[in-house]
Amino acid sequence: MAWVNAIIQGILTGGLYALFACGLSLMFGVMKVVNLAHGDLAVIAGYIAIGIVFVTHMPVLWSFLIVVPVMAAVGYALQRTLIQAALNRSVLTTLLVMFGLSIVIENGLLQFFSANTRGIGVNLALVTDSINAGSQIQIAWLLIVIFAAAVAVLTGLQYFLSRSRYGRLIRAVADDPEAAQLAGADYRHVFGIAAAIAFGTVALAGIAYGMYSQLDPTAGTDTILLFAFAAVVIGGLGSLWGTLLGGIVLGIAQQVGAQLNISYETLAGYLVFLAVLVIRPQGLITTGNQS
Amino acid sequence: MTRAATTAAGNPAGTALGIRVTRSQRNVAWTGAIALVIVAVLAYFPYLVYSGTTTILVQAFIVLTLASMWNLLAGYAGLVSVGQQAFVGLGAYLVLILAIHGTPPFAGLPVAAIGCGVVALPLWWLVSRLRTGYFAIATWVLAATIMLIIERFSSIGGGTGMPLPGFAGMDPTYLTAYTYWAALAVAVLAMVSVYLILRSRLGLVLTAIRDDETAARSSGARTGLARLLVFLVAAAGCGAAGAVLAISQLQVQPAAVFNISWTAEMAFATIIGGLGTIEGPIIGTAVYILLQQTLQSYNAWYLIILGLIAIAIALFARRGLWGLAEDHLKIRLFPVGYWLHDTALAPGRIPGS
Repeated sequence: MAWVNAIIQGILTGGLYALFACGLSLMFGVMKVVNLAHGDLAVIAGYIAIGIVFVTHMPVLWSFLIVVPVMAAVGYALQRTLIQAALNRSVLTTLLVMFGLSIVIENGLLQFFSANTRGIGVNLALVTDSINAGSQIQIAWLLIVIFAAAVAVLTGLQYFLSRSRYGRLIRAVADDPEAAQLAGADYRHVFGIAAAIAFGTVALAGIAYGMYSQLDPTAGTDTILLFAFAAVVIGGLGSLWGTLLGGIVLGIAQQVGAQLNISYETLAGYLVFLAVLVIRPQGLITTGNQS
Repeated sequence: MTRAATTAAGNPAGTALGIRVTRSQRNVAWTGAIALVIVAVLAYFPYLVYSGTTTILVQAFIVLTLASMWNLLAGYAGLVSVGQQAFVGLGAYLVLILAIHGTPPFAGLPVAAIGCGVVALPLWWLVSRLRTGYFAIATWVLAATIMLIIERFSSIGGGTGMPLPGFAGMDPTYLTAYTYWAALAVAVLAMVSVYLILRSRLGLVLTAIRDDETAARSSGARTGLARLLVFLVAAAGCGAAGAVLAISQLQVQPAAVFNISWTAEMAFATIIGGLGTIEGPIIGTAVYILLQQTLQSYNAWYLIILGLIAIAIALFARRGLWGLAEDHLKIRLFPVGYWLHDTALAPGRIPGS
């Protein structure tokens, strides 16, 4: 039964990892930007949520109503200035700038907020309560809510990109920015909107991780960025549902590893990632449908 | 240093037109002489200065070695690896493992460097499947994985690390001096290797990749092989730096040697000094040491400021401080390109040199 529990936990944490990953996937799919500062931005979002709750005493769960728009605005602004400036130069410059940004944010957070870990809503019934079946199976409500949120976000994104008018515009710009520009679309603005959406999901990821675990400045890269990336590669680049599957595979690998020995948790996840890289470098799902 | 007309001799059209091909616009034999003098003076430092100074210089030599390796990776081969701390850590751990089994650390240093180069071969096979940004994060995951695996072995200190054995009964003054010479030797060797690689055929391929990868590949350059070789050389170089680090710290801690800040430091030093120029890492290391020493009582602020400068330089001065100096002063300390001299025309540089 302990193994069944591990697999259920793995599937549910997979939702969290898919939530980490969809912003990374979207930025790469549309702008061809690999956002190395992705995880650090999620930590910033989590810290903003902690700050808002501390100052306004508003319910923790509703803090996303403020944090998501704030991060979306940050995303739009960052895309229109720094990231676009780097993109105008070269792919190499973009990577260097994003790496620099990641290190600057992480160390900036260390300077201002210290290396202490912080949780979001640690006293909340949602965070502490769980469904129990038998003595071995224990499923936290929070994980179920996060999984549902991840599925909702992915469904929404998929629908938005494939069905809506603006989604078509984003896909057109992703395919060929110059051609879209000639057809009357301002591709820089569209890039900004795509970055805003990606940063919105980053905000959700940061809050979700802060509730599920503890935030600290190094969690941005050590956990969020690397797990998001592993989920993207396992699932297959450019496929949103593949990302969910990748997250679930990563989650199960980690939980089964932890079941063997608690210190194998992260390592087991990475070993599965490396195995996928060897056996199926194109990922588990290949639709060719760039999200 | 000047290889006048040797290349042009094989090119009848060139000689017929009276074009002379040289490695540099001026005779740069003096740069070689000055470099030798500088290295000789630096080698004499342990007799001249206090150990505090040599300790700072050891740190500078480590960063210079790392930066010149990262320059080869990102500046020439277009491989932005953010997982080079994997090899810094492996180098340190190889020295530790050899020392536990009785090999003196200074003898373990070259073995550790070669070991890292060997380990890099299967790792290349893993990460070379991914391109640009995804290659970058894949190297990062690889570094994290290697650290997690090494932490599993309690015989080499597990998650907390352990002191480096093998120096029992050694006079601390000699130890400081030997450490300094080892660090200097590694840095000089790294610089010389980069220079020789860039002057070779491989260097031509790398320069072609730096300027335009698609064009290089369609002209028949074996870009994949060139990249593999650079990855191996950079792994060995970073491993040597990690070995020096272990010897200078006298202990090996997984969180310290596998820290992402090693890659941040080598990348920032290279970008600030000048990506894709041999001289860049020297300038960048000087800026790094200057900032780090000035701000050492303010924790990680030096890294934040270094990062902000690197972002600004990546955006506004792509070839760094050295690139700016070179454009204005028209000098090169390490000539790897070719210049054409013609009586009718003003001397011009072959594009991409």
